[in-house]
Amino acid sequence: METNLLAAGFGGQGVMTLGKFLASAACDAAEKHVTFFPSYGAEQRGGTANCYVVISDKEVGAPIGDEMDDLIAMNQPSLDRFLDRLKPGGTLYLNSSIVGEDIARKDIQIVKAPVTDLALKLGSAKVLNIIMLGVYIGCSGVLDPQVVWSTIEHKFASKPKLLPLNRKAFEEGLEIGRKNRT
Amino acid sequence: MARVLMKGCEAIAEAAVRAGCRFFAGYPITPQNEIPEYLSRRLPEVGGIFVQGESEIASINMVYGAGQTGTRSLTSSSSTGVSLYSEGVSFCASARIPIVYVNVARGGPGIGAIQPSQQDYLQAAKASGNGGFQMLVFAPSTVQEAADMTYRAFDCADRDRNPVLILADGVIGTIMEPVELPPMKSEEEVAANKKSKRSWACVGHKLGREHRSWIEPGSFDTTNLQQRNEEAAKMYETWTPEWEAYQVDDAEVVLTGYGISARIAKAVVDELRLEGKKAGLIRPITVNPFPYEAYEHIDYSCCKGILDVEMAIPALMIHDVKAGVKERASIDTCLCSGGNIMRKKAVMDAAGKILER
Repeated sequence: METNLLAAGFGGQGVMTLGKFLASAACDAAEKHVTFFPSYGAEQRGGTANCYVVISDKEVGAPIGDEMDDLIAMNQPSLDRFLDRLKPGGTLYLNSSIVGEDIARKDIQIVKAPVTDLALKLGSAKVLNIIMLGVYIGCSGVLDPQVVWSTIEHKFASKPKLLPLNRKAFEEGLEIGRKNRT
Repeated sequence: MARVLMKGCEAIAEAAVRAGCRFFAGYPITPQNEIPEYLSRRLPEVGGIFVQGESEIASINMVYGAGQTGTRSLTSSSSTGVSLYSEGVSFCASARIPIVYVNVARGGPGIGAIQPSQQDYLQAAKASGNGGFQMLVFAPSTVQEAADMTYRAFDCADRDRNPVLILADGVIGTIMEPVELPPMKSEEEVAANKKSKRSWACVGHKLGREHRSWIEPGSFDTTNLQQRNEEAAKMYETWTPEWEAYQVDDAEVVLTGYGISARIAKAVVDELRLEGKKAGLIRPITVNPFPYEAYEHIDYSCCKGILDVEMAIPALMIHDVKAGVKERASIDTCLCSGGNIMRKKAVMDAAGKILER
């Protein structure tokens, strides 16, 4: 079993952090193989930042898949640019706070999560990536949520006061994800 | 040893420190900046020295100098920056100074592109400087291999008193993967290693001409220079090529490539095998010496063709593949360049075409 994820958004939305946390969690789950590949281009502010995460039961072949099982689109430019890369039957995770339009493709599952609004409601726009990570884990089931949470805890070890907020964010995401699980 | 998630560049840097590297000089260039970035912090922790040189030429010459003192020394750059190392590396080879350097290759020729590429094969494997010297050149295809090869490279460099090159690429340099790091050499081991080079290193000797260390990147005495080249040639002959052969025995199509291309090709072999198609892979682990012998293990009575997979245009490793295959099978190519990363589907299609024959 191999899962190819592409996460994309504006620079500053934390998609690289989302990808890195996910990859770290997969590394912490001893039986998993994982690669994290950040896309370095001449990206500018307002453009898209993106990363590829492959989680597999065996050695990862291509760190950059041709066709994605899952796509996280945090903004409109990311959706426009990468929707074609999602394979039929794949899952699109959409930041429905700022990406509103109807998706033309009918051969994919769409998980809508208003992560920007939810983050603001929780008190910090910064946690939108942690909410989305929760949505992804809750819906895809690719990793045990407990493992992912321990990884997040570990990452915030030097800033423990941020943990309660991130915990809420992660759990809120998980709940949305689980509701969308098919 | 627990596995940690690390970037290829950082794993290379940490493996170098663990191998006893205590000097680094380099000049920034994408996509290898995480090596100097990491070492700028890490080397002072272990009493090592990090220098950001004013140029690649200054940096390779600092490494040449540090190597002369018997200190395990490293530099890294990418493609167009590695070109500037040519003179210094050739001097190291001529003077028999052990150094390790890393090329996290990017698009070329010229300043090329900042994205991953494999355009530097010929430079790396055949002629990294003037004078016809040879080097061990390791080509990692995973972060784990990048760490292990770097660790080992220092032993090889010391054993041979010769430069060793790690030929990585922008994918291996920038991906993060779980890695088990090699053990940290103790300060005693590092000191003992340096001491073992005392007979030739410039570390302060008794007064008098006869006690001096002579670091000579050449000789005007023609007899002497020929003798030195003969000795080096003898040393090159002690090297054993290394390769990975995967599902080759009954293969009707044999994919071949190194580094990241080979890794992607291996995934294609797995997919083809799942479809019941007989595919295999030959992956050179050392691209110098090249494992020509690996191609003797192909069953040419059932092999419909070889597929050379490279992130380079034109194909570069193909000349060595041809020398190994010796016209016993046709060789097709699956190539990309310019910083584009090899697509699995392109390799699948190209292999499929050979299987249809």
